Amino acid sequence: MFTMGDAIGSGWAWLAAHGDIIIIQTVNGIVTGMILALIASGLTLIFGIMDVVNFAHGELFMLGAYVGVVVLATSGSFWLALVMSTLVVALIGAALQIITLRPLIGRDPLNTILATFGISLVLQNYALWQFGPVPRKLDEPITGQFVLFYLAYPWYRLLIALLSGAIIGGLYLFLKHGTYGIWIRATTQDRVMAQAMGIPVPWVYTGVFAIGAGMAAASGVLFGPLIGINHAMGLDWVLKAFIVVVVGGMGNLGGSIAASIFVSLLEAYAAIVVSPAQAVIVSFVVLILTLLFRPTGLFVPTPK
Amino acid sequence: MSAPPTAAGALVAVEDLHTFYGKSHVLHGVSLSVGRGEVVGLLGRNGVGKSTTLKSIMGLLDPSRGKVLLEGQAITGLPAHKVARLGIAYVPEDRRIFKLLTVMENLRTGLDRQGVTEARKQELLDKLFAYFPRLAERRSQAGGTLSGGEQQMLAIARAMMLEPKIILLDEPTEGLMPRMVSQIKEIVEVLHRDGVAILLVEQNVPLTLEACQRVYFMEKGVVRHHALASELKVDDPVIHQYLGV
Amino acid sequence: MSKRSNKSFWIAFCIVLVALIIAPLVLPEFWRRFLTEILIWGLLAMSSDLLIGYTGMVSFGHSAFFGLGMYGAAAALLTVKPANLWLAILYGLCGSAVVAGFVAFFATRLRDIYFAITTLIFSQIFYVVIFTWTEVTGGENGLNFTRPQLGIPGIYTVPFTPEMLHWFVLAVVTASYLILRRITQSPFGMVLQSIRENEARTRAIGYPVERYKIVAVMLSGLFAGLAGVLYAVQNRFAAPDFVYFVVSGEAVIYNVMGGIGTLVGPIVGAGFFLGLRELSSRIFGDQFPYLIPVGVIFIAMVIFLPQGLLGFARRWLNR
Repeated sequence: MFTMGDAIGSGWAWLAAHGDIIIIQTVNGIVTGMILALIASGLTLIFGIMDVVNFAHGELFMLGAYVGVVVLATSGSFWLALVMSTLVVALIGAALQIITLRPLIGRDPLNTILATFGISLVLQNYALWQFGPVPRKLDEPITGQFVLFYLAYPWYRLLIALLSGAIIGGLYLFLKHGTYGIWIRATTQDRVMAQAMGIPVPWVYTGVFAIGAGMAAASGVLFGPLIGINHAMGLDWVLKAFIVVVVGGMGNLGGSIAASIFVSLLEAYAAIVVSPAQAVIVSFVVLILTLLFRPTGLFVPTPK
Repeated sequence: MSAPPTAAGALVAVEDLHTFYGKSHVLHGVSLSVGRGEVVGLLGRNGVGKSTTLKSIMGLLDPSRGKVLLEGQAITGLPAHKVARLGIAYVPEDRRIFKLLTVMENLRTGLDRQGVTEARKQELLDKLFAYFPRLAERRSQAGGTLSGGEQQMLAIARAMMLEPKIILLDEPTEGLMPRMVSQIKEIVEVLHRDGVAILLVEQNVPLTLEACQRVYFMEKGVVRHHALASELKVDDPVIHQYLGV
Repeated sequence: MSKRSNKSFWIAFCIVLVALIIAPLVLPEFWRRFLTEILIWGLLAMSSDLLIGYTGMVSFGHSAFFGLGMYGAAAALLTVKPANLWLAILYGLCGSAVVAGFVAFFATRLRDIYFAITTLIFSQIFYVVIFTWTEVTGGENGLNFTRPQLGIPGIYTVPFTPEMLHWFVLAVVTASYLILRRITQSPFGMVLQSIRENEARTRAIGYPVERYKIVAVMLSGLFAGLAGVLYAVQNRFAAPDFVYFVVSGEAVIYNVMGGIGTLVGPIVGAGFFLGLRELSSRIFGDQFPYLIPVGVIFIAMVIFLPQGLLGFARRWLNR
């Protein structure tokens, strides 16, 4: 007779036997989660402060990766590629915001969704045109692995997680201290009074969009060595980022970071039993559950 | 009744202002002026357009017709952040301090400007905290945790950090205890002594008559009457006409 | 609508209809097919207009409705022999109705942006399911099947000629248009528009807004699924690419370009977009990334011509 004790017992046995895979996947999940957090933070920042759903965010990620490829090819330095890519794409983001999004301020939010969708179309096809359909490769700055159970685990993956964390931490500090952080937080709370205090709100918006774009670009360069870089790489990531942002609570920075790691861990574990292509269903299920039971966000206390 | 001064030479002048709030035509040609360092009152019943006038001056609402002049220069239609930088500060009717920012951060939204040295900022803060010791005590607290009176102090203090030429005060004593009301009056006097002009919208008639030199009366979106404060008594029939029920 | 503009509308409608009927007789096969495709994509965009233009809900889920209509038809055509056109339509509509019901249940309680994102994600859910469930859906390669014959199987059928196919599509699209037009002008349609204008007020008056939204999503899904069935019949294959959310995006683009809230606008928008694509590949060759200038035009239209081409034409004519 199969009892509860048997079930738990065999469960533990399975875990013990597969402990190594689980730990490996935990590490993988955290690494992917940190990259996703970096992408999602930019997205949630833009939404939380400007009320703009940036459909082009995945393309900024993609553009960042490509700029990284070009700079790396010409200079040979990965770190220079990272910095240049962040700056260049931040500037492109600022330009895009000024040209296409400023005219739409105050109009129906539908318009910004459409405009950013249009931007994503243009950027994707531009990349396809300029760089062709063959995926490019971005070499990681540090090779070398350490032994994690039976795997040779690349140091670089840990570095990604650390750097992503550092960038997000930097963003947090920037928002908490300093004049511009105050300007951004004041604008988020009360746009009208922020203006009345002399804060140049249109430029705050441009700045925020640029920061979001820069963060997306940085993720593109950091994650580049792990995947092939091609014009369509943004699509899957922007989708994941949107899921994570909704699950974490739209506009909630801490929430989207927590959600990124949570969802990535679940997907990594799911990948143990199903194929990676199917593991993405996990994130969809999490989204559906969140929408059903805690639509304001899993990690956000439900409003009273 | 005394004739209002001409707009020439005024610090802030408003000429024939028409403003819409959505579809409703709220201001039907408002004209008034405030001289350098003057404290001028704007009285009237609820809904006559007093707040709308202030907002139009501040650039928070775009007038459809008419002019707003600052030191003779037209600033009509300029965005509010530019108007603030030109020297006009606004303290709205519901205070609207940044609730999630600390008291200090609230002050910094006005303090952190181009061309202000750290020394000057400290000077301004010291002077401010001397007048508002309560704010000094609470400087690291979130604005939302302050009492109503303290929030009003903060709202005015925040505006003062802009070192403005004129402050637009919208019903600062509304909902405040009498002790706080007299504190507000003191602040207005201090500002006046420092040479800051004030355009004061109020329902509290005694306060207005004591604090202001001149008073405008509004009705249905226009300025209908003007008088020197010294000419008016609290129970003046004019007061009843424009403010009575 | 005034009597005079009503009459001029119907006159214009008849003229266009006659032109579309004659078209396959005078156009070369390539353009005939092109026109048929415009009609099919136009139907998809029109279904999306019911949500965007009339109810004020931006949906990126239409690729799922379209795709399920397509696969539903495929299911009928592959499993039931002889291939039955009407069964294909029935299966397709059922497929898209199920998806629409699913989406309606979860997403209608969300407002604006959240709704848009959620519908997008649902499209992707269905994409992944279809893509990976290779045994049933053929996965990446999709499904191929034969075109059914027109008529009632067992009694009288005749194979589709290109002209008949075009006329069939035209008939379905025209009927759909007329039905949708009737719906939008009905009291139900008025409530939808009231929801778009001011949802809070509509709710305050006492209308069960959620229920209206759910019906709107279902209707929209049905017509989108119908477009999917037509596509399957025309092209004889079903592929997961059509379920990818980009297809929804294209429907939205046709909407915006043509003019939301007009029903006819989306068809015009589809024609404009596909025409631009064709034109660009003729002038500049296949390698030219025609989507870049088209994308720029699209963005410019969002900023400067939010009423779309039809809105622009209407203003211009009223001058």
